[in-house]
Amino acid sequence: MLGYIIKRIILMVPTMIGISIIAFLIIQLPPGDYLTSVIARMSDSGQAVDPEEVARLRRIYGLDDPVIVQYWNWITGIVLRGDFGYSFEWGRPVSELIWERMSATLGVSIAALIFVWAVSLPIGIYSAVRRHSIGDHVFTFLGFLGLAIPNFILALTLMYISYKHFGQSVGGLYSKEFIGEPMSFAKFWDLLKHLWIPVVVIGTSGTAALIRILRANLTDELSKPYVITARAKGLREFDVVMKYPVRIALNPFVSAIGWVLPQLISGVTITAIVLNLPTAGPMLIRALVSQDMYLAGSFILLMGLLTLVGMLISDLLLAALDPRIRFT
Amino acid sequence: MAGASDMNSAPEPQVVLSVRDLSIDYHLRTHILHAVRKVSFDLKMGRTTALVGESGSGKSVTARALLRIIDKPATVTSGKITLNGPDGAQRLDRLRENGPEIRRVRGGRIALIFQEPMSSLSPVRTIGAQIVESLLLHRDMTRAEAKAETVRLLRQVEIKNPEQMADRYTFEFSGGMRQRAMIAMALACDPDVLIADEPTTALDVTTQAEIMDLIKRLQTERGMAMLMITHDLGLVAEIADEVAVMRWGRIVEQGSVDRIFHEPQTAYTQKLLGATLKLEKAHDRPAPPTDGEPILSARGLTKGFGAHTWTGKTKWSITAVDDVDLDLWPGENLGIVGESGSGKTTLGKMLLRITEPSTGKILWRPSQSDPPQEVTGMAPNALKAYRGAVRLVFQDPFASLNPRMTVKQVIGDPIHVTGKAQGRALDERVGELLELVGLDRSVMERYPHAFSGGQRQRIGIARALALDPHVIIADEATSALDVSIRAQILDLLLKVQDQLGLSYIFIAHDISTVRYFCDRVAVMHRGKVVETGTAERICTAPEAPYTKALISAVPSPDPRNKRMSLRTRFDI
Repeated sequence: MLGYIIKRIILMVPTMIGISIIAFLIIQLPPGDYLTSVIARMSDSGQAVDPEEVARLRRIYGLDDPVIVQYWNWITGIVLRGDFGYSFEWGRPVSELIWERMSATLGVSIAALIFVWAVSLPIGIYSAVRRHSIGDHVFTFLGFLGLAIPNFILALTLMYISYKHFGQSVGGLYSKEFIGEPMSFAKFWDLLKHLWIPVVVIGTSGTAALIRILRANLTDELSKPYVITARAKGLREFDVVMKYPVRIALNPFVSAIGWVLPQLISGVTITAIVLNLPTAGPMLIRALVSQDMYLAGSFILLMGLLTLVGMLISDLLLAALDPRIRFT
Repeated sequence: MAGASDMNSAPEPQVVLSVRDLSIDYHLRTHILHAVRKVSFDLKMGRTTALVGESGSGKSVTARALLRIIDKPATVTSGKITLNGPDGAQRLDRLRENGPEIRRVRGGRIALIFQEPMSSLSPVRTIGAQIVESLLLHRDMTRAEAKAETVRLLRQVEIKNPEQMADRYTFEFSGGMRQRAMIAMALACDPDVLIADEPTTALDVTTQAEIMDLIKRLQTERGMAMLMITHDLGLVAEIADEVAVMRWGRIVEQGSVDRIFHEPQTAYTQKLLGATLKLEKAHDRPAPPTDGEPILSARGLTKGFGAHTWTGKTKWSITAVDDVDLDLWPGENLGIVGESGSGKTTLGKMLLRITEPSTGKILWRPSQSDPPQEVTGMAPNALKAYRGAVRLVFQDPFASLNPRMTVKQVIGDPIHVTGKAQGRALDERVGELLELVGLDRSVMERYPHAFSGGQRQRIGIARALALDPHVIIADEATSALDVSIRAQILDLLLKVQDQLGLSYIFIAHDISTVRYFCDRVAVMHRGKVVETGTAERICTAPEAPYTKALISAVPSPDPRNKRMSLRTRFDI
């Protein structure tokens, strides 16, 4: 098992290198660079642009170097000095900007993942065991509704309801008075009051998908001979279902971290813009639009890393859950 | 051992479970299917009752109804199920479904073993945990006592190193070991009745003999009543005291094993017995001459599985096929016999180069005058022609036909792929092939699900014949079929052989079909051919110790001449 973990972690290294190259290529792809977009903005507003000045800036920022050299400087900076480069637009080092945003993203995503699990597990089991019952049909209907409604509409609706009927301040993660305050119980409670809207919005489609998956898997497992064996032992029906078929149908549930997590992280973006959340998504979009390459590249890189870690966790959990994976 | 002679003199044993007029219906979407109709039988202490019938006769659902664990569309519509015990009689059919009373009976008084040793235990919990669970449910024990008892039970079913094995998972057990563990679990709470639903169907003959020995021994020790459900009449003759023959949900005939086998009253029982006994004899067909050139030969064929070591050296952890030499002469039926894991299927796949041999060569002679071609080094084009001449028939008639293709597409596919015929000519050819295998031309447009197992196997054979092959490799082609259908399919293969001059390589684990079908037999054990000879000689006078053990473990379908208990054993 330990060997397996080490092997998996070592295998992550080449993948990470690949992701970093792709991330760098993505931010290089659009024609021009940060300075061209600055020049465009300046001439739009009627300001004169001094070609000498532009050339000087280009040299300072290293934008004239070959792509490989730029990549090398960027990646060695990150790996060796934890230096993610300099954000042109914000005029500050990327590392100062990025951590708060990334931790907010991670927090919202994990909360959403827990929501997804907590809701879809019991409903999935219920739907499979009582297949074609009225309850199953109701959940199926709600599930498809959840899959079909675009996140931003759901976000707007929930914001409206929560503002109109509960009188809450909506948008953001904290009320005004807590921003900049140190963490306290009151602040945490305020966070929870704000968090439920993004969590529900982001989690709905994942929940609906997982319910369908669990229902289908469990339906297959329920007719397996080992379930009859368990029943023939004289176990209670609840124990029969929970100890035998559910144990095995859980596999896709755990491996869901691998695909739900990236989905959540990228799905956050639109919702975050609508809800004005201080997560990475909105900042990434602005960085991409203004070609703030080091900021955008760092975000893409870290999101890739997050996805890889999610995959690793799901694989390790899977191995812990299912001895067939552990032993082969 | 209760022989036939003292059975009459002994007092009639006590009835433990009695079933009267049991009927079960399936409520299907369009109609109601009467799966079981007015079935009555008694299970007596220390006695074995066999419920015999072909697939779909309702025997398994009858057994499950006794425990009240039949699945949704099926319902018990009438009948009495009475379980007698020290506290008086208990009417199982009146208990609430999944209520505490019936749960006390399940596993506690009536235990169930069934067919699939591969899937009837959960793969994600240890064997020990699953047995402990059963003990804790029905017996007043602490967890530690239950653990100790589990080890004792595993030892009793002859599992080696029971202390370690209790902490292993099912996939670390072989099929026979899993069935032993299953038996240990079923017997954990000392039940009065054991229901064994095809307990050895998925196992090899020698394993089957061992498992049946074990069940019989434990039954005698504990005085359990046993309901044995099977389609194998040989096994019935070996172990049953009483027999009930089921067909289409009814018991057509019921009586002592001796009477059923020697004075069968109904035509159906006679037919079943006839089909079984027919396969006990060799077919009367002169063996083809073996003095010419062989059509297909293998020399030193070896297949190893396993990884390279980290230094890059090849290291085979398993040698599936080990240095096999074979010759197949034109018009001959060569049987390859062996138990699961003996490498016979891998050998068959290598002959077609579906699996690449590790070493060795395969020689193919399209006609007597041609020089032999080496299959192992063939270019893709030549290999295509070779695969047109050497065809395969599969074991599973359900999985080997694409459910989304019509019969015409299935059979016509090889013709279509090679571009030999199209349009009307293709239709005509498919029609011919269907008639050749005894099906009607009109079935062409139907899908495989509309056919029974035997009919599907006929379709599979028609597909194999589509390209006018010289050799057909039949990999367990009849082992998934009921015994009466099995004989029909073997006769069909022989008829087609006469008409088209084919040669067969017939891979099987069932000795009786091999004896009926083959001219020569090669016996495989652990990748090696241990003995080759004429089918009759191998079956009557085997020489190699392994073959002796294998042949003697085959049940004999005559209760007056039990063979299994006298078998010779062969250890590694």
